[in-house]
Amino acid sequence: MTAAAIADHQRHLAAAHSLDAAVPGFVRALRQRGAEQFAGLGLPMPQLEDWKYTNLNVLARQSFALADTAVPDAAAQLAQDARLSDGIELVFINGHFAPLLSSLTDLPVGAVAGSLAEAMVHHAEIVAPHLGMLVLPDTDGSAALNAAFAADGAFVFVPEGIALEVPIHCLFVSAANGHATMTHPRTLIVAGACSRATVIEQHVGVGTYWTNAVTEIALGAGAVLTHHKVQRESAEAFHLATITAAQAADSQLGSHAVSLGAALARATISTRFDAPGAACSFDGLYLAGERQHVDHHTSIDHRQPRGTSRELYKGILAGRASGVFNGKVFVRPDAQQTDAQQMNQNLLLSDDAQIDTKPQLEIFADDVKCSHGATIGQLDEDAVFYLRARGIDMVDARRLLIHAFANELVQRIDTEPLRHQLEAVLATRLPVLVGEQP
Amino acid sequence: MAEIILEIDDLHASVDGTEILRGIDLTVRRGEVHAIMGPNGSGKSTLCNVLAGRDGYTVTAGTVRYDGQDLLALAPEERARAGVFLAFQYPVEIPGVGNTYFLRTALNAVRKHRGLEPLDAMDFLALVKAKMKLVDLDPKFLNRAVNEGFSGGEKKRNEILQMAVLEPRLAILDETDSGLDIDALKVVADGVNGLRNAEHAVVAITHYQRLLNYLVPDFVHVLAKGRIVRSGDKALAAELELKGYVDIEGAAA
Repeated sequence: MTAAAIADHQRHLAAAHSLDAAVPGFVRALRQRGAEQFAGLGLPMPQLEDWKYTNLNVLARQSFALADTAVPDAAAQLAQDARLSDGIELVFINGHFAPLLSSLTDLPVGAVAGSLAEAMVHHAEIVAPHLGMLVLPDTDGSAALNAAFAADGAFVFVPEGIALEVPIHCLFVSAANGHATMTHPRTLIVAGACSRATVIEQHVGVGTYWTNAVTEIALGAGAVLTHHKVQRESAEAFHLATITAAQAADSQLGSHAVSLGAALARATISTRFDAPGAACSFDGLYLAGERQHVDHHTSIDHRQPRGTSRELYKGILAGRASGVFNGKVFVRPDAQQTDAQQMNQNLLLSDDAQIDTKPQLEIFADDVKCSHGATIGQLDEDAVFYLRARGIDMVDARRLLIHAFANELVQRIDTEPLRHQLEAVLATRLPVLVGEQP
Repeated sequence: MAEIILEIDDLHASVDGTEILRGIDLTVRRGEVHAIMGPNGSGKSTLCNVLAGRDGYTVTAGTVRYDGQDLLALAPEERARAGVFLAFQYPVEIPGVGNTYFLRTALNAVRKHRGLEPLDAMDFLALVKAKMKLVDLDPKFLNRAVNEGFSGGEKKRNEILQMAVLEPRLAILDETDSGLDIDALKVVADGVNGLRNAEHAVVAITHYQRLLNYLVPDFVHVLAKGRIVRSGDKALAAELELKGYVDIEGAAA
């Protein structure tokens, strides 16, 4: 099958899905717009500036099917393994909410954490004004396709003034059941004024499949939201994710993205400050070895005065892995007294590993403080020698330094069970990466 | 006479094709403290780095025997485990690596080499806290990253702490006194003196004589243009302090 034929096939699938009469009108409308846009856009190709270094041809050459609601044993096991010790667990198997694998503890009155499919019906008054409003179906082909297939995902609503003390863990598990599957999970987080919450979006799986996720995050005035994205897909998986936030006055968004798995992973993470005094911190850590490809595109749009943004992305690339970092920071004419800092640091552990890093600052206001930087390097040889001179052998010295490089970001994660999970994952993953050094 | 621990014979070494060491001869026995003095550019740091095994230094002739084995054939970590310790002139900051974890990993690597069981976290902590008193370093430094944000004096004390914990048989101090105020200098000298016994040897490289007021050497050697041009006892250091290196350099030319 040619790429064009597959795209055509998917267009038909998407169009058929958009006609499902059982869903509310606003969802049907979103699917219809998605299907129409996808028919025009197709999957993003390298001719687009934002997709210059990430080629989806390999994805377009395969065919993927939507999975039914069956729960393969492998998926149930993965869901069990990836559980965090406390808090709320929302488990999705091949894109469908799995209530039996989930655990919901009591939430404060008015707060909601559950399946988006259910919320579309039972909380339409909250869902309808936000769904498809932040990640527009015309953003690109992957967002369009997700809209066309919008069916389920996580929904989190925190009412005004409410603080959720326990993290909400949204676990997306993919397990191909015979045929390579695709999922288009859609997550909506609505944080009311002066609310506080932590949401973890984690992706795991086994076999060949394609995750095409979209997350929309609306922060009310003074809301504080921490959003973790943990990508631990299978080694054969394709992972595309678009996360877009909009922030009202004095709100704070902490975005942490950790990318460890997948053959090809691309995350587009954006926020915009719609009112004065908003703040965000964007942290990212990506590890890739063998022939993995990992791409992060971030965008922070300072539209209003007195915004603060901090961004630190770190990558470790080994084997023949390739990485992409593109960090856009916009400071619009009204965004006076903006304070924006961005940094991207990369460790290349082999001659064949590569990174394309591009900070992109566009500043249209004059009273601002902005900085950016990018580093690409090998391990600090002085540090390696220092450790060896104390009796630590070369392999351990390298491991220690690589671990330290990654650890800076892991230690910034203040959601304890997640931090412990990642510490354990890195403890097994890092030695493998170091071992790939010839 | 005590057993020879380090024997350097006609050592030549170059950096980027430029010969820096041009025939060093030095014999150190257990229990001895040797001071090597010399002007800038005489090859003091190169000698330290060659002994510790840093990359980028090429030995073009000569031999170094340590405790009966060919030191130059060993990797840096093997030298450290065999009991050679270099106190760095510029200790490296290593963000993200905790001082405690680093030091325990190092100590257990050395202990393993000596056929000893690794120390667990509790025993290690007791040991290191006792040693910290010796070098007057606050235990809070244990929770910080290796040398990160340490002042110059704190870094040097951290070097001496590492030495006290690892208990080397041959300690090489590369201008450990440089940049220290008089109090820090005393602490460093006390730390080294605390290790002095019939088994251990110290080679202290220094530009100034003042360290030697506190760390009294058995032998003083003057290095100039890559060779040891004079050797004597501590009186030689006092003479150099008075006259400077000018005559010596003239003689070496």
